[in-house]
Amino acid sequence: MKILLPALSPTMETGNLVKWLVKEGDSVVSGDILAEIETDKATMELESPDDGKVEKILVKEGTENISVNTEIALLKVEGEEIEEISEKPIEKSPQVSSNGSEQPATEVKISMNSLLNQTKENSDEKNWSEKEISMREALNQAIEEEMKYDKDVFLLGEEVAEYDGAYKVTQGLLNKFGSKRVLDTPISEHGFTGLAIGAAMAGLKPICEFMTFNFSMQAIDQIVNSAAKSLYMSGGEINVPIVFRGPNGAAARVGAQHSQCFISWFSHIPGLIVIAPSNARDAKGLLKSSIRNPNPVVFLEHELLYKEKTNVPEERDFLIPIGKGNLIKEGTDVTIIGFSMSVQRILNALPSIEKLGISPDIIDLRSIKPLDEELIYKSVKKTNRVVIVEDGFGSTSFGSHLSYLIQSNCFDFLDSEIIKVSGKDVPMPYAENLEKLALPNTDEIVSAVKKVSYIN
Amino acid sequence: MNKKNKNNFTNDQLLKFYEKMFLIRKFEEKAAQLYGAGKIGGFCHLYIGQEAVVIGILSSINSEDTVITAYRDHGHILARGVDPKLVMAELTGRKDGISKGKGGSMHMFSKANRFYGGHGIVGAQVPLGVGIGFAHKYRNEKKISRVYLGDGAMSNGQVFEAFNLASLWDLPVLFIIENNKYGMGTSIGRSAAGGELYERATVFGIKGEKVDGMNFFNVSESAIRAREYIEKNSKPYIIEMDTYRFRGHSMSDPGLYRTKDEVNKMKEIDPVLMMKETLLNDYKIQEESIKNVESDIKKQIKDVEKFSLESPLPDLKELYTEVYL
Repeated sequence: MKILLPALSPTMETGNLVKWLVKEGDSVVSGDILAEIETDKATMELESPDDGKVEKILVKEGTENISVNTEIALLKVEGEEIEEISEKPIEKSPQVSSNGSEQPATEVKISMNSLLNQTKENSDEKNWSEKEISMREALNQAIEEEMKYDKDVFLLGEEVAEYDGAYKVTQGLLNKFGSKRVLDTPISEHGFTGLAIGAAMAGLKPICEFMTFNFSMQAIDQIVNSAAKSLYMSGGEINVPIVFRGPNGAAARVGAQHSQCFISWFSHIPGLIVIAPSNARDAKGLLKSSIRNPNPVVFLEHELLYKEKTNVPEERDFLIPIGKGNLIKEGTDVTIIGFSMSVQRILNALPSIEKLGISPDIIDLRSIKPLDEELIYKSVKKTNRVVIVEDGFGSTSFGSHLSYLIQSNCFDFLDSEIIKVSGKDVPMPYAENLEKLALPNTDEIVSAVKKVSYIN
Repeated sequence: MNKKNKNNFTNDQLLKFYEKMFLIRKFEEKAAQLYGAGKIGGFCHLYIGQEAVVIGILSSINSEDTVITAYRDHGHILARGVDPKLVMAELTGRKDGISKGKGGSMHMFSKANRFYGGHGIVGAQVPLGVGIGFAHKYRNEKKISRVYLGDGAMSNGQVFEAFNLASLWDLPVLFIIENNKYGMGTSIGRSAAGGELYERATVFGIKGEKVDGMNFFNVSESAIRAREYIEKNSKPYIIEMDTYRFRGHSMSDPGLYRTKDEVNKMKEIDPVLMMKETLLNDYKIQEESIKNVESDIKKQIKDVEKFSLESPLPDLKELYTEVYL
């Protein structure tokens, strides 16, 4: 029997073999622990699926980035010959295009790192030492640094402490700061969000983690009515310095109730700041700015971006200003605007766009509210064409508002209608092909660019 | 009614408490009048009938302790010592209002007086108040967060989440249910299943009691008992106040859900009048002294009214200020 590296989380594509707990020749019974596997979220134990003898270990311990379904060992099971015809490993579903037909996965990945290296905003940044780390680590660093720097900062949420974070973002923080400042809450969003807002009213600076922003809906009243409005309705007396953070949007096949982008919801509310970073470097600089900000900040992360790496400064005062977008690629012909995960989608489409002889300006908004209108209008006045890409539902979306702003501020400069590539107006389906179809894809982005450029 | 003064308040102190109760009563009567005259808009929830609750609690409070409540907040902010002129000017929506005319009747705050609002969503102030208690504990402050809620809020889910958190994390919070028998127009019998309201907190390990909330002395005694318990045990406590509002839920309430007889019967135990009688009969405070207090308040209310009507409307520029800091 072949032992394959299992998928141990919805987003796991590869894993690390931390340790073998058996050696060749060992007898095992079903349920014995064979190995420790590190996933994108946690270190898990791999159990033997049957009684037998470990025939051969195929992947050495310490090996990293092993693809899911790789054979890692052979188990000799009583009364069973060593399989000659192996069970066919579950194949990864083929890429599906927007019209449902299959197409090969030919996406060329543009490195976010190489783009970011050209767009540094801090003049003294050249002298800072940098390290290539994931967004997950970058967020962790931001929280740790700010907690060290300011004793009023504390962290609460479900599984943030002893479990080390449902997505490992808060890993190790309990050990560093203790249970007074890193608090596991009950599954009680309405209550603990209100508690955190009250603590902020009394002068503390809570970081309130939602395991996913889907669960923030349980607490939407506290966020909108208590956090966002108190400064105004108290005539400036009560401010609420709090950060609400966690993964937002669709991860991978977790179904309708766990896959939704809430950017349009939160950006509708006066009094909230809304941030949606697309990469590790921005995530760190913006989270640090958010923690230091005296207003309520909704900091929307994306689970699929947690593992993505870029160079990130280690400097304590590395801050990215809130309200500043980033022109990550400069071009001449069309302005393509995205944020969070949709920036990745735009970069995936970039080779096809360039193949058409079109050179786009790509703007990563980073900050949704306040919005860097100056950067957007400057670009639009140059390119005269706009495509907006957003994961959220298209109906009454943030992208709709953005296209309104652009037409009212750049009306005389537009050579084409503005096209918005949004998530489809359906609850997120579970099936892989349908989920893919529900989200903006390369074909749609390329078609939109062609349409605003009048290319058939 | 003839409660012995177990708390050893001096006659001067008692007279001060009476003065506060009388201030709230007269302030609210004036607010009702100004509302009728169209000078106060929107919602306006009067505290008339419940004065013994807030002043009884006040008698147990240190100036550093914090207070948060829901929308029936005029009496609470006055009890915390905020200038009535600023409160009335908020009700009239003027520049000099405590929230610069941008909050209104339900949204008034004063950090200097440790008053955290003034919240318009039933139940929402309860987790917020627990959070304020969390901040006290986090900073090792010897303060208690006092969280008021109505009988209506006792059927609101987040309140139970807040009880759980307060008890789980041993937070210095005193919950005070102002059970005035009606959540808007729905009587408690039509909204709350089971036994006493405060018992809904005891299942979370929170100790509590029910008290006659029409009598200052009873309220004061239980409030002091609660303070001692919280200070000694570093745990939350809950008091259910049996009280009554003599006016409608808000100014636009026709009061069809209760009889005139019921209201009149409750007025026989008017907390302000009862307090006055007790001071006269049991404490032998001179009628003259009480009259002086009352006439001073009446004079003050005239000034308050004048101020609240003469203060200008907010500058139009204020529309866009204080959305962000």
